Amino acid sequence: MTESNAAAIGATRDTPATRRRALLWHVVDDYSLILIFVALFAVLSASVQYFFSWDNMVGLLLSVSQIGMVSCTMMFCLASRDFDLSVGSIVAFAGVFCAIVANATGSVTIGIAASLAAGAFVGFVNGAVIAKLKINALITTLATMEIVRGLAFISSHGQAVGVTNEAFFALGSASVLGLPVPVWVTLACFAVFGVLLNKTIYGRNTLAIGGNPDASRLAGVAVDRVRIAIFLIQGVVAALAGIILASRMTSGQPNAGEGFELNVISACVLGGVSLMGGRASISGVIVGVLIMGTVQNAMSLMNIDAFYQYLVRGTILLIAVLVDQLKNRRQAR
Amino acid sequence: MIDVPRLEFRHIGKTFPGVRALADVGFQVRAGSVHGLLGENGAGKSTMMKILGGEYIPDEGEVAIDGQPMNFRKAADAIDAGVAVIHQELQYVPELSVMENLLLGRLPTRFGLVDRRKALAWTRQRLDALGVDLDPRAKLKQLSIGQRQMVEIVKAILRDATILALDEPTSSLSHRETDVLFRLVRDLRAQGKAMIYISHRLDEIFELCDAATIFRDGRKVADFETLEGVTRDTLVERMVGRDIGDIWGYKPREHGDIRLSVKGVSGRAVPQPVSFDVKAGEIVGFFGLVGAGRSEIMRVIYGADRRLTGDVAVDGKPVKASHIRDAIRHGLVLCPEDRKEDGIIGVRSVAENINISARRNHLTAGLFVNDAVEAKTADGFIERLRIRTPHRRQEIRLLSGGNQQKAVLSRWLAEKDLRVLIVDEPTRGIDVGAKNEIYNVLYELAGRGVAVVMISSELPEVLGVSDRVIAMCRGRIVAQFARGEANETNVLAAALPEGASATPTPAE
Repeated sequence: MTESNAAAIGATRDTPATRRRALLWHVVDDYSLILIFVALFAVLSASVQYFFSWDNMVGLLLSVSQIGMVSCTMMFCLASRDFDLSVGSIVAFAGVFCAIVANATGSVTIGIAASLAAGAFVGFVNGAVIAKLKINALITTLATMEIVRGLAFISSHGQAVGVTNEAFFALGSASVLGLPVPVWVTLACFAVFGVLLNKTIYGRNTLAIGGNPDASRLAGVAVDRVRIAIFLIQGVVAALAGIILASRMTSGQPNAGEGFELNVISACVLGGVSLMGGRASISGVIVGVLIMGTVQNAMSLMNIDAFYQYLVRGTILLIAVLVDQLKNRRQAR
Repeated sequence: MIDVPRLEFRHIGKTFPGVRALADVGFQVRAGSVHGLLGENGAGKSTMMKILGGEYIPDEGEVAIDGQPMNFRKAADAIDAGVAVIHQELQYVPELSVMENLLLGRLPTRFGLVDRRKALAWTRQRLDALGVDLDPRAKLKQLSIGQRQMVEIVKAILRDATILALDEPTSSLSHRETDVLFRLVRDLRAQGKAMIYISHRLDEIFELCDAATIFRDGRKVADFETLEGVTRDTLVERMVGRDIGDIWGYKPREHGDIRLSVKGVSGRAVPQPVSFDVKAGEIVGFFGLVGAGRSEIMRVIYGADRRLTGDVAVDGKPVKASHIRDAIRHGLVLCPEDRKEDGIIGVRSVAENINISARRNHLTAGLFVNDAVEAKTADGFIERLRIRTPHRRQEIRLLSGGNQQKAVLSRWLAEKDLRVLIVDEPTRGIDVGAKNEIYNVLYELAGRGVAVVMISSELPEVLGVSDRVIAMCRGRIVAQFARGEANETNVLAAALPEGASATPTPAE
């Protein structure tokens, strides 16, 4: 008994083989999501006709561009242990408002500027109420979600608002170096917010607040200010997504972006952003967005009824969360 | 063998990714005895207790009860076998009452509804029988941490546990609560229970334990069948693995001009204005009973809580009220009392926790975090303060308490222009070796001219480390003593409220 135990101890103690295996597991853990995406992509490329073609790839990227942009800011929001349900409504209102102002002034630039400012204002209100008045983020943004959606319907009288100035449509349909403008904007968002998260005090403090708000405050983090900034920036980016969507549809539509907020949050969670705060990575979010887009795209190509796509999306999300949970549990033991 | 021990650990081994927590550790605990478990933070004591409680599954070896090998796969298995492990972090339902917590899952019912009267009578009677003074109807969240601990212990007793393990039960108890706890432990011993008692307070080990085992770096380094004739120094030396000599290691220093000046400061929790000064290079110890207002006034001075009246100045320059970042800019910082809630950011790395404040001073292009400098800073402190971590990227929650404390200290040591350091219970729940290291950091800072304020509930520590002792009672400063004048009797007498029991048990 004693001898065999001693032998067992000798065997598990840091032999090169066990260390290699541990390292391999580490790599698999860190890149599991990317590996899953690569595998999924390879299988779909091989099995689904037209999937791996330039036109389809561009279409796929275009289809996730709105979600992609807002996922960047939602990542900050979730990383700081907060939540924002109002982004879908901001998308709709920003599109409608941009169209109205552009039509009234005859200037697309003024329309866009006014719409972005409106997004910033909604975001600021969210942030200020949550940070200063200490109201739960879920409730606050649920309220602004309703209010802003209401404003979109009221200002448009419930109708799509067409834009008369054709210059506006370039934003959604023009191509630069073979890729549509919305895709470029999304890529820019990934780059900018990736750097913000990893390389600036703002990003690091966001993660710290999500990890422990009280300790962060005592360590000298301007917690309220960071929180307000997170929501304000999210408002601006959601408005930008709304403007681009309106441009693609050639009109601002008050019922646009319904369920958008949940798709964005799903993409983030799929990308390993923790709802408990403190953990997030831009590479995860990018892969999360791509997985969502790829699955949807492949199902459309395979002529699967759109109604089934809800089922598949939900299932994928559930599996992603379960895998994450298992991973954490293994680390804790 | 005739004399089968009630509990035996046999060749236990446990490895976590990157850390060998326990290696071939075994010891025995007899029925009707209290067995002390000693060792520095990270020595493997808590891991052992989690194995006993069925929370961890050992990689090697086994736990045996009455000679029978047990194979706990989950916490419920251990409970069924009569094992109760009471952890440092308590598990209870804060919104429920004492009674409901004690009877959770088996409340008496009548016509399908909870029979509150019966439950209440039963709970009262059991609490009285145990000599525990608790209101069965009080919600757990209304109780002090010490009282909550009592509830946990009572819960274990009511479950008819035959093996009880207490992991640092007294770290947040008052003297009186400690006395009640000790009486309870002795009663349980008389009833034949086997108990494991983990504490960093050696006097408690001597007072309570029949036998002891010492861990170091995941191995057993000593077993004492009896503690008769064993000296304190022997235990410390075996725990630390080196002779640390005088644990305080105090040496007199020169003091400079007044660095921190506090005039008439008050806050919501400390309504009476408080004034005191600390000179450059001076270490001032604040002593008082729990609730004397020491932590509260320091939080107001630092700006964590609202300052209602008064002025705080560092080197004559006023510090804005209720403004933490202004305090930090003036070189006035605070290491908070509750490390887990207010100190560390658990899911972030050791390096992040160290660099979170000082990084503003070395940004690239005024905007980007300089990872190279931060890595150097973090590695520097990990080495200098001997922070035990596999690497700087480890999440800080996975470190032991002493090492977390050192990381929080490093956060402020990394400040270029540190002038005033306030440390609140810097060594609570920390082992002897790490304590000594923390004292040395305080001395070094004071030697460089930093004004140090140390709050501690351990009187020997306050007396051993401070140049000057300030006693607080009920939110007011009641006495000051120079080193040399201060002793246990006069400081404690000053800190006790009028009309309190005249002869409390001093900590040493």
